[in-house]
This record gives sequence, structure tokens and C-alpha cells, in this order.
Amino acid sequence: MKVRAQIAMVLNLDKCIGCHTCSITCKNVWTNREGVEYAWFNNVESKPGVGYPKDWENQNRWKGGWVRKKNGKIVPRQGSKWRILSKIFANPDLPEIDDFYEPYTFEYEWLQKAPELEAQPSAKPRSLVTGEVLKKIEWSGNWEDDLGGEFSKRSQDYNFEGVEKEIYGQFEQTFLMYLPRLCEHCLNPSCLASCPSGAIYKREEDGIVLIDQDKCRGWRMCVSGCPYKKIYYNWSTGKSEKCIFCYPRIEVGQPTVCSETCVGRIRYLGVVLYDADRIQAAASVEDPKDLYPAQLGVFLDPYDPAIQEQARLDGVPEAWIEAATRSPVYKMAMEWKVAFPLHPEYRTLPMVWYVPPLSPIQSAAEAGKMSVNNGMPDVRSLRIPMRYLANLLTAGDEEPIVAALERMLAMRGFMRAKTVDGRIDESIAENVGLTGPMIEEMYRYMALAAYEDRYVIPTTHRELNEDAYLLRGSTGFGFKEPTNGSTKLNLFGGPKRTPRKPYMDIPT
Amino acid sequence: MREFVNYLLFGWYPYLAITVLIVGSILRFDKGQYTWRSQSSQFLRRRQMMLGSNLFHLGVLILFVGHLVGLLTPAAVFSFVGVSHGFKQVTALTVGGIAGIFAFIGCSLLLHRRLFDPRIRRSSSIGDILVLVLIWLQLVLGLATTIWTVNALDGHEMVLFMGWASGLTQFNPGASALIIDTALVYKMHIVLGLTLFLITPFTRLVHIWSAPVWYLFRPGYQIVRSRAKSGASTTPTRGPAGLAPSFGGDSIPRSHSESAQ
Repeated sequence: MKVRAQIAMVLNLDKCIGCHTCSITCKNVWTNREGVEYAWFNNVESKPGVGYPKDWENQNRWKGGWVRKKNGKIVPRQGSKWRILSKIFANPDLPEIDDFYEPYTFEYEWLQKAPELEAQPSAKPRSLVTGEVLKKIEWSGNWEDDLGGEFSKRSQDYNFEGVEKEIYGQFEQTFLMYLPRLCEHCLNPSCLASCPSGAIYKREEDGIVLIDQDKCRGWRMCVSGCPYKKIYYNWSTGKSEKCIFCYPRIEVGQPTVCSETCVGRIRYLGVVLYDADRIQAAASVEDPKDLYPAQLGVFLDPYDPAIQEQARLDGVPEAWIEAATRSPVYKMAMEWKVAFPLHPEYRTLPMVWYVPPLSPIQSAAEAGKMSVNNGMPDVRSLRIPMRYLANLLTAGDEEPIVAALERMLAMRGFMRAKTVDGRIDESIAENVGLTGPMIEEMYRYMALAAYEDRYVIPTTHRELNEDAYLLRGSTGFGFKEPTNGSTKLNLFGGPKRTPRKPYMDIPT
Repeated sequence: MREFVNYLLFGWYPYLAITVLIVGSILRFDKGQYTWRSQSSQFLRRRQMMLGSNLFHLGVLILFVGHLVGLLTPAAVFSFVGVSHGFKQVTALTVGGIAGIFAFIGCSLLLHRRLFDPRIRRSSSIGDILVLVLIWLQLVLGLATTIWTVNALDGHEMVLFMGWASGLTQFNPGASALIIDTALVYKMHIVLGLTLFLITPFTRLVHIWSAPVWYLFRPGYQIVRSRAKSGASTTPTRGPAGLAPSFGGDSIPRSHSESAQ
């Protein structure tokens, strides 16, 4: 056994209101630069929809994630190392910028500076790649927002597999949910596996997956290797970039920007202890439906004294072990089993998990004769098809999703009985395999969701393995290459720049 | 005068070009690896890339290895193996001709999209365009030499170039006198080729140095980095061997902190 710790995230989709605050704050902090205008380390998709980039879940097309070979070993879907190297001159599986969208801005300044004209001045859109006027904006980061666009196009959504989707095209029958997405900081990342330069790495201390910008050579295999399409090629610097899980904030115990600014308080950050020696086996199980339970088997019980002792031996700091026992992520994923990994069938063992959303009862007409079980509606009569959620979160296995939604309904029933009727109804809890105190704890974490319950982030103990004596004077003033070429003249060629037209709004 | 220019271009210029190539590359790698990349434009426009880039790179790689082996292998080795100059010349002409045509088609496609696709053109530096134009010209010159070579299939001119190249490797710039009477097209091809070496450290061509063959030797697929040391020998008051003294803790260079999972 080799115990490691990771800061993992859970998103409670039941409470996501699709406001995009997470995306905007993330953008303003990390990707407001030339070359990554099109990139959203965090984005919120309206589901059903094809998403961003278009059709990202279709791995037959993009070749992301892993496949299990007949002999039980897993290789990147792009191919083994030889196959990946053979594609290095031109990667046949690489998305084009148009699969995301061509970034643009508007000539806002023209509205103020235009001289007297016969016609009203208008703010024309201009490409942030070429600087040219765009005749028509065809696509954008969230083109399908709130079910925008035709159902025929949205219903290309990969998660409709096995669902009779036609009826959801009708206005009365349709359903909507939001899916905020960021890098999954996987235990078995396939972006990392497909990087020929070895520039991508997972941090042992907190599990964050990063790209070494000095080592990246721009072979762009990671872009197609990541099944979540969460690696972005910076066309200006020629290097790939990705969500860094706000590691400068995490290291000092602060939540990521997307979590901190989430107005719905849907995000949870906490420590999960896992056994690094079990990763390979868990990612290689035969049936994709077993991947979710297999990943649960990789996580370790932080309350077990034997695990704690092994964690100490493996160098996990005491504060991290303590934080693991208070981890909201562990509670939701392991104790209550209400959180699930996104697309476990990619075999990357993702570490950003999702609580499936409840939804209204299918229709008012059916509401009268709907099957009621101990005062609770049957979750299968909810508007979002179980199969759809299962395709998203458990590789098509509906049972865990049903159990989780029943627990969430039971939580409502239990608390309603307690606060409205003034009685503690243990039978509600027992019916879903929980106890009254457990449900009250669920309520505290999932409904009240206080800041200090949502974010239990121990600080990084750099002092244990860094020498401040050697680090003194190593940054702050120097002649190292600035990160985005603020120097005008560079003998070795700086990053590329879009020609800016007058009146082009400069993105910040 | 003719002798002097010949001596300058084929006796001394090669040393200048190779020195700048090596020293410049080392300096750049040392100064800022952030600028060290292949700068692929495939993400901005896929069209013409699949065919163009593959043809171009494969062709150029064959040509590069061919030139290296053909010019730098001592003539004695060929006679020992029993390869006649005539046979070698015909082989070089055939293989090089086919690879040259591949590379030329690929390069033309790449140059076309770089010049006429607004996305690529606008995001190209002068260096990006210059490199491609020079390589295209070099391929044209290289293909043009075949016309002259067809008239010298016994390989006597080739032997002159081999003598020149091996003379240079023995630090004998006087070997340039060997090729003073060869056709102008060969000379232009050589000078342009050396110029490409010369500009390499200042352009995207540095990605050639980074051909990621080490990927094949990575144990497994995963990489985990730790801030804590692994394998470096330390004492409580001294850092890893070869580094500055460390008081109160260890300092971890990257090479010591990375391990396969």
C-alpha cells in the first residue's frame, strides 16, 4: 500500500443555477491572455447539449482516455507510445479552434469615438486570432445556454445513448441541467500518459496535475489524450495549458477561485486519501460499469488507525490526515454515496465528482397517479431520465444514481417531518440505508453548506522539504523569460501576437 | 578573389554555422525553455496540415539522414563494404530524389497555408515564414542538383563533396579547394543549408533537438513529482551532493523530484 493524499472536488449539481460566475472569475484570473482567449479552464454546459468543445464526449472521434486491451492492460485510446509518436507531425485526432470557437471581441470603442455619421455606429465583432471582422458569430463557449438552439442539434448529446430521446424535444417534456466542468485532476490521467515530452505531471502532495511550461514542446498529444478536452493549446506561446486547480490558493488553504465565488455554494473541496498501488488495477477492470466501484476501492478510510499510520509512514503530514477525517468529499463520495465521477468509462479515475440533480416530476397529469413509496416519489418519475444521468456519471449503471437520488429525497422528507411536523421519522432514513444523524449531517453539508464545511483544505507544508536559505533571491528581480513575453525584443522569438485594429476592445 | 570567397564559404562558414547552431541552442535552452517549442499551427487550421506536415517531415528526415551518412561516412568504409561510388551515387539520387519530391510537395502545402491562410499568416512571426521559405528554396535547389547529378552518375563529383566534408571534420578548412570547380547549384545548396543551421537557434527549428524519443523509454505512462527528495544523498545540514550547502533542510532539484508512478 502506498498512501497519497489529494485535494478533490465535489459539485452538487442539484444546486447549480447555471450562473457562470465560476467560469467568469476563473477566466479573469487565469486565461485573459493572448492565445487562450478561447480557453475556459472552467466552463458551465447546459445539458442536454453537445458541449464545449462540440461533441467532446464522443471518444470515437477524439480518441481521449484509455482503452482496455484483450490482455487486460490499458493503453491510451490514441495508441501506445509508438503510435502516439507516429502522429507527432500532424495529430489526426486534434480538435481545431473552431471546435471550441473562434474568439472574438467587439469594436466597443467605436461606439464612443465615431464621428457624426448618417447611420448609427455599430460595434462589429472582430476575430481575436486574425483581427478581421467576423461576418457572423457561429459558435461560442456556451452556445446552447439554457437549451438554446434546435433540439435536433442539442440531442446529438452522447449521454442520450439508450434513451428514447424524441419526447424530450417537446416543450412540455424537455429537461435541463447544468454541468460545470473543469480539469478532473485524475488519478490515472491520460493527458499525462500521452505527453511525449514528459512535461505533464501529477503532484504527489496534493494530486494536482500540472503542465511544466518549460518542458512542454507543443507536441499537442495531450489535447487529444484528455477525454474531457480540458487541455488547451495556447496558439500564441505554442504550449498547452490547463486548469491548475488554483494551486497557489490551495497551497495556502484557500478554495479555488471557481469554488470561492460559487454563489450556489455547490462546490466542496476536501482531502481524499488513496492507495497509489491500486490505481492501475482499478483503471483496468473489465466492465466499464465496475469502474465507479473500483475507484471507490482506491480511496482509503481516513478513520482507520492502520491507514493513518501508513499515511504517516508515506509522508502525509499530520494536518492532512486530520483534514481527511473532516473531508466533505469523502463524506459525499464514500459515506453517503451521493457523488459520482464524471464519465468513469474513460478509465482516468477522475477526482472531480458530481452529485446528480433532482428534477421536477415528469408531468402534472402523471403526478396524481405517480408511484409513491413511503411518501416519497419514485425517482424514476423524475424528469431527467435515470439513464441519462447514469451515462454521464456511472458508465450507464442506473442503480447507484437511483440510490443517491432516493437519499437526497429522503433527506428532504426527513427534514420536512422534523421541521414542519415536528417528528423524527427514523423510518425514512432506514428506507434508504441511512440513520437519522447521518441524514442530519447530510443536511448540514448539502443544504446549509457552510463555508468551513465545504472547504476543508490543509495548507501545504513546504517548510518540510524546501530550504528557504537556497530559495532566497531566486525570484522577484531577475532576467528570466517573462511568462507571456512582455519584452518587445527577443533574440529567440517571443510569443505571437494578434494585430490589434483600432477600436478593438482589449480583453482583460 | 574566387579562391578567397570559396575558402570563406566552404572553409570557414561551415564552422561559423555549426558553432552558432550548437552554442546558440545551448544558450537558448539554458536561458529560457519557455520559448522552446515546435509552434504547431495545426490547432488554428487543420486543412493541408495532415498531408503537408507528414510528407514534409518524413521527406526531410530521410534527406537529413541521407546527407549525414552520405557525406560524413569515410570513403574507406564504403570501399570496405564493397559499395562502389557509382552505385552509391545512383542510390543517393533515387532515394534522395523521391524523398526530395515528398518534402517539396509537403513544404509547398505548408508554405501555401502559412502565406495565404489569414489565421496562420497573422499569427506567424517573421522567423516562421523565413524558415519555411528558406527550406522551400533549399528543396528546390536540392532537386535542381539532380539534373547535374544525372550527368555524373559515376559519382566523381560526389567523391569531391565527401572529401570536402571529411576534410572539415578533420579541421582542415583547406578542403574547400576540392569543390571549387563544381557546379554553382551545388554550392548554393551548401551555403543555404549552412545558413539554415545558422538560424536554427533563433527560430522554431530548435524543436528538432527535442525529438521526444525518450518517451519510448519512460517506465509505464504516469509521472509523479514530489517536492520531497527521492534518491539524493543528504545529511541533516548539507543538501544533495553537488549543490550549495543547505542549512536546516533539503533543496530539491527537479531531476531528483520526478519519478515514474
